[in-house]
Amino acid sequence: MTDLSKTHEATPATGGAFLSVRDLKVHFSTSDGIVKATDGLSFDLERGKTLGIVGESGSGKSVSSSAIMGLHRGTNAKLSGEILLDGVDLLKVSNEEMRKRRGRDVAMIFQDPLSAMHPYYTVGNQIMEAYQVHNDVTKREARKRAIEMLDRVGIPQPDRRVDDYPHQFSGGMRQRAMIAMGLINNPSLLIADEPTTALDVTVQAQILDLLQDLQRDFDAAVIIITHDLGVVAEMADDVLVMYAGRAVEYGPCKEILTHPQMPYTWGLLSSVPDLTASTEAKLLPIRGNPPSLLNPPPGCAFEPRCDHVAKVGGDLCRTTLPDLTPATSGGNHTKRCHIKNADKVYEAEILPEIAPDLVED
Amino acid sequence: MSDTTTATAASVAPSSTETVLSVENLKMHFPVKGSGVIRRTVGHVKAVDGVSFEVAKGSALGLVGESGCGKSTTGRMVTRLYKPTEGKINFEGTDIASYTGRQLHPMRREIQMIFQDPSTSLNPRHTVGSIIGAPLRIHNMVPKDKVLGRVQELLELVGLNPEHYNRYPHEFSGGQRQRIGIARAMTLQPKLLVADEPVSALDVSIQAQVINLLQDLQKEFDISYLFIAHDLAIVRHFCPEVAVMYLGKIVEIGDRESIYEHAHHPYTQALLSAVPDVKQAAIGGRRERIRLQGDVPSPINPPSGCHFRTRCAFAKDICSVVEPPLLQIGKKHKVACHFPGEIHQHPEKPVTAPLLGVDEFGAPDPGASPAEVPGDGPGYADTWYDLANNTRGRA
Repeated sequence: MTDLSKTHEATPATGGAFLSVRDLKVHFSTSDGIVKATDGLSFDLERGKTLGIVGESGSGKSVSSSAIMGLHRGTNAKLSGEILLDGVDLLKVSNEEMRKRRGRDVAMIFQDPLSAMHPYYTVGNQIMEAYQVHNDVTKREARKRAIEMLDRVGIPQPDRRVDDYPHQFSGGMRQRAMIAMGLINNPSLLIADEPTTALDVTVQAQILDLLQDLQRDFDAAVIIITHDLGVVAEMADDVLVMYAGRAVEYGPCKEILTHPQMPYTWGLLSSVPDLTASTEAKLLPIRGNPPSLLNPPPGCAFEPRCDHVAKVGGDLCRTTLPDLTPATSGGNHTKRCHIKNADKVYEAEILPEIAPDLVED
Repeated sequence: MSDTTTATAASVAPSSTETVLSVENLKMHFPVKGSGVIRRTVGHVKAVDGVSFEVAKGSALGLVGESGCGKSTTGRMVTRLYKPTEGKINFEGTDIASYTGRQLHPMRREIQMIFQDPSTSLNPRHTVGSIIGAPLRIHNMVPKDKVLGRVQELLELVGLNPEHYNRYPHEFSGGQRQRIGIARAMTLQPKLLVADEPVSALDVSIQAQVINLLQDLQKEFDISYLFIAHDLAIVRHFCPEVAVMYLGKIVEIGDRESIYEHAHHPYTQALLSAVPDVKQAAIGGRRERIRLQGDVPSPINPPSGCHFRTRCAFAKDICSVVEPPLLQIGKKHKVACHFPGEIHQHPEKPVTAPLLGVDEFGAPDPGASPAEVPGDGPGYADTWYDLANNTRGRA
C-alpha cells in the first residue's frame, strides 16, 4: 500500500495521543483467499474524548476494535501495524500481559448483552469475576464493589438484583450491567460496540446519558461503534467513517456531519429519514450492496456504488485507490475520494436533497 | 368477500377514504401458568388490552412503542396468527376475529405479513422459488406449470434477479432476503400487509432501499399497511397515520402532523425527544430531552388507572384512580391522557373528569353527569373535544 506514509503526514503528529492506532491491518486467511477485514486503519484518541466509528456491517468496525482488545489472539487472524495505548504497543505485548490489561486498561461493551452474559451465573457473579481477576480482594469486597457499580449505573435495589440471573433483567438493565462490568476496574479506554442498537429509543437515551456521565467521572477515552448517525452526532468528538476495511473519512464530528466530502458519507446521511424532513421526498438509498472483502474492487472500494464517478473522469476511480488526503475545509478532516471540489458538489447536489432548509446558510 | 385475484384494488374502490381494516376493542391476554403439576392459570399477561384503530385503503398506519408494548401482538392478531381474547377485527366489513382454521383459509390471501428477521423467517432448506411459490400452490392460484413464471415475475418486482429462483436464502444478503420475504407476501396480491419491523435488522443504506420498495408496491397495487416499527423517523416517513402504544393500549393516535408536530401525550413527547438527531452535530453536545426513568412495568400487573403514570412527570391523583379514555381532540387526533397538552402546556385540571363524571381527584362526583366521550370507536368522529375552549369542536 502506497498511501500509508501519506496518511501519516496527513494526520498531524499529536505525539502524546492516549490511544494511537497506526496502519492497523487485520487479515483472515480462509480457504477462498485472504479477507482483508481491516486494511490500514489509523486514528488517535485522547483521554476524555469520544471517537465514533460508523459504517455498514462488514466494514471492519468491530474487527478493528476487537484487535485493540486483543481478541484476535489465538485465531488465524494476521495483524500488523501498531496499537499504542499510553505508549505501549498492544500488538507486541505477550498474551499474559494482554490478559492483565484486558478489562483493566481496555474494556468492551458488547452489542447484545443477552448473549454476552453467561446465562448460568448471576449478574453479580460475573461482575465480581471481572473485579477479582485484576484485584487481590476477598469475595465479600468484590461483592460490595459489584453492588456499588450496579448502583452507579442505575439498577434499582442493587443489593437484591446482584443475585439475579441475566434473564431476570430487562434489555436496558442488562446493558447497564454490562457497562458496570466494563467499568468496574476504571478502564482508561472503553470500547462500546453498538451499545444501544438492540434497545428502544427511551432506553437508548438513558444508556447514552449514562455513558457520558461515566466518561466524565472516569476520564476515559471512549470508542463508540454504531451505524446510527444520530447517536454519533450527539456523542462523538471525532468520527471515523469506514467502508470495506478502510477509513474513508475521518475528522471532527461537526465537520464530518455538516461538510462531508465523501460520497459514501453522503449516502449514509441521505438514506436515513429524520424527524423534520419532508415526507414527500423519497429516501435516497445507496444502491447495490457492500463489496466482498475477499475480492475488493481494485480502485476505490465504493466506486461500484458511487453516483459521482463521472465527476472524476477517466477510470481513475476504477483503477486507483484514492489516498486519505486533507479535505478542502482544512483542519484535521481527511477523506478518501478523487473528487476535487467535493464541498461544492455536496452543497450543490446533496444538501438540497437531505436538508433543503439549510441551503441558504 | 370479493375475489381479489383478478383486479387491483384501485379499480374496485373509487373512494380513497374507504376503510380496509377496522379493529375494535381488541384484547389479547396470555395465561400465565403456575409451576405445579396441575398447571393452573395464575394470572394473565395483558399484552394487548383494548385497542381500536382503522386502516384506510392504500394508506399506512404506523404502530410505534417500546418493546413489550404489544405492537407485534396486535399485528399477529390482525393476521390471525393469534386468536384474540376479545374484540373485533373487521376486514372489509367481515369480523374475522373468531374465524376458525377453515374459514381463515381464504382470508390469508388478503392479509399477509412481512417479518422482522429475514434470515429466520425463510426456510433455509427451500429454494427461493419454492418459498415464493408456496402460496401459489397452497391457494391453487395458477396452474402448476405457470408457477415458475409467476415467481420470476415477483422476483423482478422486488428488484431481484429472476434467474436466482434456484438459490437458497443463505446465498443472499440481508437486504435481498428481506426482498424475498416481501415477494412472498406479495405473491397472493394481498390488500393488507402487516409489516412487523421490516427494516430493523438491515443496514441504514439498505433500509432506504426496502422502504422505497414498499412504497412503490403500495402505489402500484394500492396496498394498505399496518407498519410496526420502533424507529420513529421511519414511521414518520412511511405512515400518514400513527398510533403510539404503551403497555397494551393506544395512548395517542392521529395523523402524522398531529403526532409529530402536536403530540399531546407525555409519553409520545418523551419518545420523540429521545430520538438522536443527526442535525445535532452542527450544535454539538446532547439535545435536551424528556428523561423517562426506569423500565416499562410488567403487563401481568400493570399500574392502576393510567398505565403510564409511574413514569409520567405530570401524574396527579386522578391518574392512579381513573383510566383516561381515548379522547378525540382534533379532526384526526385522539389522546388518552387526563392532562393532554403540547410540551409545557399541559392543563392544570384534568379535562377528562367532567366527561367521566368524577372530580379532579378521581372520586365519583355525584353532581356531574357522565357524558359520551368523543372518539370512543375505531374511527374518527365528526365532532371532538376542543381543548382550547373545553367545548365540542366540529369539522
